[in-house]
Amino acid sequence: MVTSPHSEPAESPVPRVVIVTGVSRFLGARVAARLAADDRIDRVIGLDPRDPPIGLAGLLDGVELIQADARAASSAIADFGAEAVVHLAVTSAPDPHAGGRAAMKEQNVIGTMQLLAAAQGAGRLRKLVVRSSTAAYGASFKDPAVFTEDTEPRAVPRGSFARDILDIEGYVRGFRRRRPEVSATVLRFAPFISAGAETTLTRYFAQPVVPTVWGRDARLQFVHVDDALEILHRSVVEDHPGTFNVAGAGVLVLSQAVRRAGRISVPLLEGTLSSVAAIARNVGVGQIGLDQIDLFVHGRVVDTARLVEEFGFTPRTTEEAFDDFVRAHANRASLTVDRLAAAEKAILDGIRRVRATAAVTAGSDES
Amino acid sequence: MSQDEYRRLLPGHADFTVPEDQSPQQVNGSHPLNGRRPRPGGGEPLGTVDVWDRRVASGLAFLRRRLTGAYEVDDFGFDVDLTDSVFYPLLNVLYRDWFRTEVLGIENVPDTGGGLLVGNHSGTLALDAMMLSVALRDQHPSDRHLRLLGADLVFRVPVLSELARKAGATVACNPDAERLMSTGELVGVFPEGFKGIGKRYADRYKLQRFGRGGFVSAALRTGTPIIPVAIVGAEEIYPMLADLKPLARLLGVPYFPVTPTFPWLGPLGLVPLPSKWLIQFCTPIPTAHLTEYADDPMVVYNLADQVRETIQATLHTLLEKRPDPFGR
Repeated sequence: MVTSPHSEPAESPVPRVVIVTGVSRFLGARVAARLAADDRIDRVIGLDPRDPPIGLAGLLDGVELIQADARAASSAIADFGAEAVVHLAVTSAPDPHAGGRAAMKEQNVIGTMQLLAAAQGAGRLRKLVVRSSTAAYGASFKDPAVFTEDTEPRAVPRGSFARDILDIEGYVRGFRRRRPEVSATVLRFAPFISAGAETTLTRYFAQPVVPTVWGRDARLQFVHVDDALEILHRSVVEDHPGTFNVAGAGVLVLSQAVRRAGRISVPLLEGTLSSVAAIARNVGVGQIGLDQIDLFVHGRVVDTARLVEEFGFTPRTTEEAFDDFVRAHANRASLTVDRLAAAEKAILDGIRRVRATAAVTAGSDES
Repeated sequence: MSQDEYRRLLPGHADFTVPEDQSPQQVNGSHPLNGRRPRPGGGEPLGTVDVWDRRVASGLAFLRRRLTGAYEVDDFGFDVDLTDSVFYPLLNVLYRDWFRTEVLGIENVPDTGGGLLVGNHSGTLALDAMMLSVALRDQHPSDRHLRLLGADLVFRVPVLSELARKAGATVACNPDAERLMSTGELVGVFPEGFKGIGKRYADRYKLQRFGRGGFVSAALRTGTPIIPVAIVGAEEIYPMLADLKPLARLLGVPYFPVTPTFPWLGPLGLVPLPSKWLIQFCTPIPTAHLTEYADDPMVVYNLADQVRETIQATLHTLLEKRPDPFGR
């Protein structure tokens, strides 16, 4: 490939033109805004079939928005001479107001396929960053307790998001084979959490009464949104090819997380929970699907040693990330730490008083 | 070269000797010491502190910790707080008063670092695994926790799976075993599996097949010493007279036991018979020099065989020490 000397700064891995997909969503908008604020990057182009909502539009001042779906991506990637593509248009739950599961699959699977096909033909592309999820490990009772990046899924998961993730990673594997010189980073994120994040799981933990699966207490991990942004930013401006688990170290079990959030859990049989969740989804309340039920039955813990070593960055622990969420959602908690501490003190004092009285009575009886 | 000479030449078999008869050092049990091992911290004068006040306060503090979620759980779901405050005190009653367990050779378990404890499995319900954990916790000077490896069947069953995880167990698979051992944990494994606990009373103290020796390759890969453990007493707790195979197949369990009390007495049949238990930890087998042989089936098989022979021989000597299964 013949290029003028100033067009390919081999010493700097920072791409000058970056395309970000899915900028109408929470994560995409924030990543695009962060990259636009980075002086080393000349242009950040946001690609999304939908207009960003008003809440996010303010973030996207420095981003050139193109209202197009992945099908139009091929021309966009070529026209702008994109050097990096950050693929974040991955939906984790079907949105009943935007086409439901069919639209979700269209965006996740077909969208990724078309974007990667376009990227494959883009000559100047040097970097691909894809959002994946720890759901890629599937859910099976024979699974090891801790997944490393090399663990293969043992069973095809039931959840639609997890199945999409497997498809997406399959397309990335194909892309890596065909364009080995492009540095491809796949980031398998644990569920996001933070004070302000809105995801299926944050909505779940924000309810005053939380349904759980009877007889199961899943091990959960979270990643703080700010840490996820940092990792995404670094994978664009630095060079980190490979697949990485992105999660906060440590584990909270579901019952523990529910208690820390000051909520009350209602254990339901797995079958009952599935049907209740399905009815609730149809009515339009709650978004608990098979993805979440699989998570609540099996739990999911990943090893982040490879991430920490390669990126030189340690995300805050699962516990710290969850605490951040709990602080912001304390208003609807019923069993708070303060109340329980007060109750403990009251009961202890009560018992002491009764015993003291009993001792005095016994003493006066003897004398 | 004869088969025997060839096998002796292979690494993993060179220094194999059946451990000689060590003089029994009784460290607990009711008759020799005529009492209990004094627990550290238990010897304070009772008159100066209000024992009940302290107990109530610590009980309430425990309840508050549980209700606010203020406790730590490791990557495998092991809940130290719950295990030490609830599981061990309950199991200790069985261990001490019901089975009158005596522990021998506890000095063979290292104070720090990893170790793979390999035991014989028996007793219809896997009480031996729990008693082994309690024995370590009770007798070992550094109060070590045993991380058991269980069949995936255990982790399929609701409630049971979570109790197992909270008590520190995990699925028996090489990634988990290696991760635990390389972080310096004591791992407990029963390679006989369901063949061991599901055998008839007539076959008691006859070790079953050891599978493919996956536990050996996990130990070799991490260079963790293997400590064979012989457990006597578990065979008599639920003597299995027959195995109703069709019923077992119907229920999806590996065996359906018929004991003198089960299923005739219903839930009462679940009360274990009060046999006398002896647990012996044998001399550790070092594996650090064999790390590169982890994938060599012959070395793995030889080591597994060596462990099996050691346990079988130790079982025989222990049985001689305990002529009456239900004696004191």
